[in-house]
Amino acid sequence: MNSYKWPYKNEIGQEETVTSEILVLGGGLAGCYAAIAAARRGKSVVLVEKGATERSGSAGSGFDHWESACTNPCSKVTPKEIAEAYVREQDGYSNGIAHYIECREGYDRLLDMEQFGGKIRDTEDEFKGAEFRDDETKLMFAYDYANRFTLRVWGSTFKPSLYKELLRLGVKIYDRTEATALMTEVKNGKKRGIGALGMNVRTGKFLIFRAKETILTMSRPARIWLFNPDLVGLCEFRPTQSIGSGHAMGYRAGIEFTMMEKSVKAEFSSSGRSFPPYGTGNNHNTWYAATMVDARGVEIPYVNRDGVELKSVSERYYPAPGQKFFLKGGVIDNPKYEYRGPETLPFDELMRRGYQLPFYADLSRMPEMERKVIWGMMVGEEGKTKIPIYQNYTERGFDPEKHMLQSYGNGWQSAEFLAQERQLFGAPGGIITDWDLKTNIEGIYAAGDQLFASDCCGYACATGYYAGRKAVRASEGTDFGLIDRSFCEAEKERLYHPLNVENGMDWRELNMAISKAMQNYCGGVKCKDLLMEGLDLLKQYETDVVPQITASNPHELMRAHEVFDILTVSRLILESCLLRESSSAPLFFERSDFPQMDPPENDLFITIRLDENGKVVKGTVPKGYFGDLETEYEKRNQDYIRGEK
Amino acid sequence: MEKELYASTIPCSARPLVFDEAKCIGCNRCVNICQVDILLPNPEKGKPPVVIYPGECYYCGCCVMVCPKDGAIRLRHPLMNQAKFVPVRHSVDRNPVSVDDSGKERKWQNI
Repeated sequence: MNSYKWPYKNEIGQEETVTSEILVLGGGLAGCYAAIAAARRGKSVVLVEKGATERSGSAGSGFDHWESACTNPCSKVTPKEIAEAYVREQDGYSNGIAHYIECREGYDRLLDMEQFGGKIRDTEDEFKGAEFRDDETKLMFAYDYANRFTLRVWGSTFKPSLYKELLRLGVKIYDRTEATALMTEVKNGKKRGIGALGMNVRTGKFLIFRAKETILTMSRPARIWLFNPDLVGLCEFRPTQSIGSGHAMGYRAGIEFTMMEKSVKAEFSSSGRSFPPYGTGNNHNTWYAATMVDARGVEIPYVNRDGVELKSVSERYYPAPGQKFFLKGGVIDNPKYEYRGPETLPFDELMRRGYQLPFYADLSRMPEMERKVIWGMMVGEEGKTKIPIYQNYTERGFDPEKHMLQSYGNGWQSAEFLAQERQLFGAPGGIITDWDLKTNIEGIYAAGDQLFASDCCGYACATGYYAGRKAVRASEGTDFGLIDRSFCEAEKERLYHPLNVENGMDWRELNMAISKAMQNYCGGVKCKDLLMEGLDLLKQYETDVVPQITASNPHELMRAHEVFDILTVSRLILESCLLRESSSAPLFFERSDFPQMDPPENDLFITIRLDENGKVVKGTVPKGYFGDLETEYEKRNQDYIRGEK
Repeated sequence: MEKELYASTIPCSARPLVFDEAKCIGCNRCVNICQVDILLPNPEKGKPPVVIYPGECYYCGCCVMVCPKDGAIRLRHPLMNQAKFVPVRHSVDRNPVSVDDSGKERKWQNI
């Protein structure tokens, strides 16, 4: 084992206080847009990012679809239609506010992106004349070619463009800095956010960020059930360090969450159980609607929602007779009849009809433009595809005109997982907000993946910008809070503790134990006694094991802090599971002690937060609490509407 | 707190990144773009970075994308993750099972 002297400055114990009107925690798409909205309005803005903003976040290396761009000039649907469709599709367990913002403002953010230097249209006429392209605007569409509300975009150009724009606007970026705690104060009996604490993950410097308004734009939690200490970076779909620290610090500060009892059987990753995302034969998402064949080379039929077999490739991109539009995309798994689009026959039906495994994606049978747009544009622009898929497969000799790519699972998941191997996927739980995307704590906002039932990149960008706008408005007439020194000292002590532990335990061992506990106590079927045992074990880890974790440098400290946050989030999930005393189909939630599915009295959002004494407080919010989406949005956004082109 | 800070390579079954020492100019752009921060600048100036935390690699390829020297960094998924592809196969009997003799559109009932 090679050892190296730490190459960065040692600033352990040193402290810096940074003051700005607006503080953004998390430099992914949502955070960048929140910062841009605030900086455009003349505010001083600080952006805190654990990695490097230029390429960080889930979309750091790229993304290929921009969903629900309902206001683009070629769209045949309205924001209201699509946002309401999402709410209905998700049985009301949907973030109507955020979806409407995405549908209404998403395309504006895409135009912003173009202005920043991102590529959103086929400016080189590479796909001129293609069925999915509008030759006038040069915009390119995916999925539903009749209604044209999902765009194909060159997302690998986006993060560097956003980064440049942030610098141009004078946003102060703190890269390589983890946010670890929210600061609050109680004034006139009301709690409000006054900033955050953090640490530089290369130098160890302790940071105090004072702000009038704070916007949480960090990731959703991960590595709760799925962990492998050897290939940590392949455990989950999102980046290694995106494990839900924003949820953890929010929960500790008293922020209200909902739907945290929802988890799904894993769909992706877990250290090689599945293959690289978008890197196997499939016909979903990036690969929609690839031609699939069986082992004999027999084509697998596509059918529309009525079961009618489709004759041509083109028909895979159009609604069924009598259907206005169909939904496909990140959180659309098995849509209701109303929204169901063309799809290959289900696996069981294919087996019954004698199709033979393995299946393959065979792009050679598709029209040239459809083949080229899947292999070369979508595979290439989607996250983690340009190098590990497009370049590496090409080097290995893959030619989409001559080869077919093997399929492993029964779709894009490319592996079969067990019921207890779970993930926060497919519109998971998160922070619940009001129409300003403000949390239950004054001065703290949330956007992107920190919101409950979050979705895709367009969702992140649109809600980020919106939260930035609302935070600016609120910051007028707000004063800076008073820093509580004892809170800062306690956090410093907590953060640095692993540096002083001799012969301690590695963070991986704790993560492994947490995920095993979650598989054992919070798997496919849950009940009170089991959940309570799980909580008991995690509390033991908190008191007995956390103090034993050791680290030799700021990087390892960061990894240790992440696992402490995973522990907090795991407890949040167990507590949330205890609060819902019934089972629920849309929430993929099964309780053996309360087997009744979705009884009327529980047909609502259950919320959870911690009170001042750290006690769990349960709340309930009716479905549809956001009201009529269009009316409520327009009531609150006349300023933006007037400024809209 | 003037504790000596150090880093030891954590062994990993995979080797996500391989640097070509002849091509790498040691500019460390990859070190500074990696959002997972798995690389350290080489103590010897001009030499390729040290892959100090290979197990944490997220296989996004941003290091390769930012590299100014073609071929200086190779990203490679673990062996088990190498998906298989084969030459295209065309069955003579295109649809032997699902063909409907009556020529009507075949319906599939949703389950």
